[in-house]
Formats: sequence, structure tokens, C-alpha cells
Amino acid sequence: MAAPTHLSESDIEELGRELDRLRAEVLASRGEDDARYIRRVITAQRGLEAGGRAVMFASLLPPAWLAGTAMLAVAKILENMEIGHNVLHGQWDWMRDPDIHSTTWEWDFSPPAAQWKYSHNYLHHTYTNVLGRDRDLGYSMLRVTPEQPWHPVHLAQPLYNLALAVVFEWGIALYDVQIERAWRREKDLDETLNHLGSALKMVARQARKDYVVFPLLAGPAFLPVLLGNLTANVARNIWAHTVIFCGHFPDGTTTFTEEEIEGESRGEWYLRQLLGSANISGPATLHLLSGNLSHQIEHHLFPDLPSNRYAQLAPRVRALCERFGLPYTTGSLPRQTANVWRRILRLALPGPTRSGTGETSAEPVVRARAA
Amino acid sequence: MLDIRALFGSVAGSMTSPLRPDDYWATINPLWSRRRLSGRVEAVFPETPDTSTVVLRPGLGWRGGLAGQHVSVGVSIEGVWHRRTFSLSSPPGRPDGFVAITVKARPDGFVSRHIVHALRPGQTVRLGHPSGRFVLPDELPDRLLFVTAGSGITPVMSMLRHLAEGRMPDVFLAHSARNASEVVFGEELRRMAARFPTLRLYEHHTRPAGVRPAGRLTIAALSAICTDLPERMAWVCGPPGLVDDAESYWRQCSFSERLITERFQPAIRPDGGPGGRVRFVRSGRETTAGAGTPLLAAGEDAGVIMPSGCRMGICHSCLVRLSGGRVRDLRTGDEHDTPGDLIQTCVSVPAGDVDIDL
Repeated sequence: MAAPTHLSESDIEELGRELDRLRAEVLASRGEDDARYIRRVITAQRGLEAGGRAVMFASLLPPAWLAGTAMLAVAKILENMEIGHNVLHGQWDWMRDPDIHSTTWEWDFSPPAAQWKYSHNYLHHTYTNVLGRDRDLGYSMLRVTPEQPWHPVHLAQPLYNLALAVVFEWGIALYDVQIERAWRREKDLDETLNHLGSALKMVARQARKDYVVFPLLAGPAFLPVLLGNLTANVARNIWAHTVIFCGHFPDGTTTFTEEEIEGESRGEWYLRQLLGSANISGPATLHLLSGNLSHQIEHHLFPDLPSNRYAQLAPRVRALCERFGLPYTTGSLPRQTANVWRRILRLALPGPTRSGTGETSAEPVVRARAA
Repeated sequence: MLDIRALFGSVAGSMTSPLRPDDYWATINPLWSRRRLSGRVEAVFPETPDTSTVVLRPGLGWRGGLAGQHVSVGVSIEGVWHRRTFSLSSPPGRPDGFVAITVKARPDGFVSRHIVHALRPGQTVRLGHPSGRFVLPDELPDRLLFVTAGSGITPVMSMLRHLAEGRMPDVFLAHSARNASEVVFGEELRRMAARFPTLRLYEHHTRPAGVRPAGRLTIAALSAICTDLPERMAWVCGPPGLVDDAESYWRQCSFSERLITERFQPAIRPDGGPGGRVRFVRSGRETTAGAGTPLLAAGEDAGVIMPSGCRMGICHSCLVRLSGGRVRDLRTGDEHDTPGDLIQTCVSVPAGDVDIDL
């Protein structure tokens, strides 16, 4: 694999065993505190959502509009990220609560849960950063790594990436339908239309709620409420887009080819997840609002462990990286975001080969000790 | 005509989509949910050292039940929900609206021990609706016989309390326990027997204090004490030995229609067989289970949301469709392999690889 070559096969297996141990430790200690955590987040989210919408009804007063919109935006962000994304990963299935379970959960987001789970939990998390397999690598429209062949359409990618950020939930809904695969006859047309139908139903249901029902209920405040809901949705979209793009596209993350993952061992799978992901550093609020995707590395190593545990795992994963001389890519949100945008701008143009991108290659936090 | 309620419901539904309005009520107070029935623990008091009564305030949507029925109770232990079935010990329609279950902590009973020793007032449990056929008929027979042992008294207590609210018919109650102090509801039963001349209480003690241990209560021995036993309508609840004895006695006398029984443990037929791989088709999960592991337990351990109830093959709450493969009924040893058949996961084990429609 395109991994640092200083690791021997037995090093990689040892790394795998260490990570398995971390995982087992968390599994054995899951309990009441974790259950209380997710229930509290859900309660807070529902309170914020109901409160935000209620406050917005008084929208003829500008401060109320602002407060209501902000509350609703935060509620939507929590619902999608810390709750929806993580529940759909099965992180909370162990509680055996049919109301907080990956098989029963539906979220306030456009992609239907079932379709998203396939494209995200299976394709993206299994084939993370594998060219031609991980469709999340550029979402079928962006060139985010020099290994992707250039096409003239990429000249416009800075623009359409901006547009994607604004309508992110619809973009992901459409993306999960995998229309381009139906076009290439890789996916059954009837199935594709079926998927498209259920995605459109989700979009319609949400649009009805945010742009018809609540504005109508607000009576004279129809327009401010509609605009407030629109603002909250767009804010959530831009936030989700930003956080998610910082997960796999900043400098320091590695991509892989299909040949490289052939016959991959568990240790090698761990290593690929580690090298293909990047964290965002920041305060606890950032971690909560990012659905703990700020701990993208830990999330990719252990996608089904409860998200509230990633913060505890992070220093230990980092210590393992130091021990094995592996990069642990992390940076502040502004830094990582600027980094991703620089890359999207640069790769809109043809070329270059990897060595000529001007990117820094993965920097180990600590150089491998001469063994 | 415009259906105002339906319109209101549909508007409320689109306001809370993708959740239901009920989810918001449940967030404020679990007792306000009609979809996910809950109960709040009002009191827990010991009946004997290993048996406690839990008084619950049921949430909205509780439909009540009949004396003698059982109810599924879900408790969260270390963050994980566990569901078990217990008989109600309270009579239906208590003036305070509360219901009670009486639970014996079995030595290996993870859930029952938690309920008896760790459940506290103010905590919330999940509830099912009462079900079961161990009930009194609409028209009471003239003479009744109850035979119970240990915690088998629980559903009968519910019936007796119910009967005590009206005119007590001619009742013979035979109850077996280790000794007088281990009789669950002992004092109340004795008080009741003193109060109602038509209620006869016969206590059988297998380990009476200071005396030689006695044998188990048998129906044959009982028929010598309760001489009109064949003429009575009988309810028997207790350990498998007692229920088996009663069933064969009444069968031999050919008046089985006068006997109603309730078991707390399924009568299991042990058997070998290697078990197999269990695939849950819709949730995409897979696990393996030995020939002694019910599909219900295997599914729960694999993180599948399994419908469940009594866990002993009685209530049929756990029915799911078989998609493929072969399962064996733990009680009868019968095997089923017709795709589409509904199987009881709590008493079915894999006989080879199995696909379940869940």
C-alpha cells in the first residue's frame, strides 16, 4: 500500500492489535453514562428545535428572528451530525432502544437513511480514500486529489463546490441515488428511479415543513419564518460541507488504489483509515457541533463506537501514531478549510503529478525512531 | 366532511417530521407517549428477602388488563434495555390508577435481580400491554381452586384481590413455599382467609423451620385435602414440576377443560445439533448461534431490535417471519423450514443456517 514504507508487516499487525485493544476497552466500558449522554443531546436538540421555531414566530421583532434562526440552525446541525450521522452508524444500537437505533432512525436531512447508510457506512467507510471505489472522494464531481484524471469540467469546480456547500443536503441526496452509475449502466435503472423517488419524497417532506407549514402557521410572520428556516438550512448545509470536507481532503491525507487494498489485513485497513483521515482541533463545542467528525481519524478507525468516546481515544491514537512514526493529521478549522479550498482551486487546473502539487506530504508528528 | 382531527394530526405530523408529535411528548415526559408505553416507579417494597413488589404509574395509552394477565416490562440496566415478562399482582382498575408487578430475584436472573434490588422510585420502565389467558372467566364458576408454588402466587394474587373487591365465591387456595415466612403475600393471604369464610387457604411448606423437610406439593395429595377437587375450576401456576403434575392429573381424570395453567419457564427439550449462522435479512446483520441459543437472544446480542415478550413461548409477541433455513422449537423439538412461516424466536433455535426477516 501507499503507506509509509518504514513499517514492517509485523509492525502493522501490532498497530492493528493495539487499536483492537482500544476498541475492546471502550466496548467493555459502555454504560449508563454513555446512554445518558445521547439522551441528553437528543433532549437538548428537540428543545432547541421547538424553542427556536417558537421564538421565530415572534419574528416581527428582529432579535427574535435572529435568536430563533440561530437556535434552529444549531438544532439542525446537532440533529444531522451528533445524532443522525452517529445513530445511523449504529453507535447507539447497543442500548437496544428501538427509538435510538440505526434500523429505525430517520433524520431531518434529504438523503433517506437507508440509501445514505449504504453509500456512507458501507462504500465510504469500507473503501475510504480508494480511488474508483470510495465515491466520497470528490463526490463524483470534484477533483480533490491529483491522482484523479483532470477533465475540463473541473475548471468550474471552485464555483460548483460553493454551490454544493449551499445545497449540500440535496447534493448528498442526489449523490446517494448514484445517478451517474445508472448512466454508465452499472446500476439498474428501475432501482435508480425508485431511489430517486424516495429521495425526492424526503426533500418534499422537509420543504413542506420548513417552507409551507411553519410559515403559514406564523401568519403575519410568514416571510420572516420562511427566511429563518431557509437560513437555518443553508447554515447547516455550509457547516456540514465544511466539516466533512476537512475529514479526508486536507493535505496530509493519503489516497489509495484498488491494487493497494487487495488482500488487505485488518492492520492494513486500520492504517489506511488512519492515513486517509484528518482531524479538526478545537474546543468541546466544536466537537459536539461537528458530530465528533472533528475526530475523523478516531471515527474512521472505530465507526461504530459511541461518538462521545472519540475525545478520550484521540490522545491514545495519537500516541500510537508517534510510536509507529505515522502522521496524525490535524489542524484548526480555519486552517484545514483554507487548505481544502486551496487544493480545490489548484486541482481545477490540469496536472500536476503528485510531486509537483506543492503539497506537503504527510508529516509524521514524530519522525520514526531509528529502530 | 372535513375530518378536523385527521387534518390536525397531519399538520402536527408535518411539523415534527421526520419525528412524530409523540416523540416530542415522550421527550418531555416518557409517560406522555402513547406509542412507547412507559411506567414510572412509584414504590418498591420487599415481600420476602428475594421478592419485591413494584408499584407503577402507567403512562397514557395504558389500556388496563384482566386479573391474572402478564405484562412485558423493559428496564434500562447500564444503558441497555432489557425486556422481561411479569405477572401483574394488582387487581385491575385500582382507584389510584397504579399497577403492580411482583418479581422474584432468581440467582441467575440478571434482570429480575436488578428489579428487586436496584430499581428505585422515580425511575422509568417501559411497558407492554397486558396479555395472557390465565384469567377468570366472565361468568365465575361456583367453586374455584388455585394451586400455586413460590412466585406462582403472583397472578393468583391479582385474581384474589379482584375477587375480594366483590363477593368472594367458594375458593380453595393451595400454596407451596419453603416455609411460612417465604410465602409471598403470606400475611395478606392469611388475613383474607380470616376475613372471607368462603376462602380456604392451605399452606404447604417444604422446609418448615425446625421440622423435617416435607415433599413437594402434589395434586394427588391435594385431592385428599380438597375433596371436591374434580368439581372445581382450577388455575395452577408455579414451577414446571407442579404444572406438569397438574396437567397429567387433570388429563388422566379427563376433565382437562377445567384446568388453566401458567408457566414461568418453558418446558424445554434439550437436544444437540450444531446450531448455525443466523442472518437478519433486512438489517443486514449476521451472527452464529448454538443449538441451545434462542434466535431472540442471538439477535439481541447482535444488536438487532427483536420484538419480544414472555421469552417462554406463550405470548407470541416475538413472532417473526422465517426467510430461509430451518429452526427447531425448543419445547417440542419440531422443526420448521417453510419460508414465510411465523416463528417464535424466544423458543426457536437454529437447526443449521437460518435467514430471518428482520
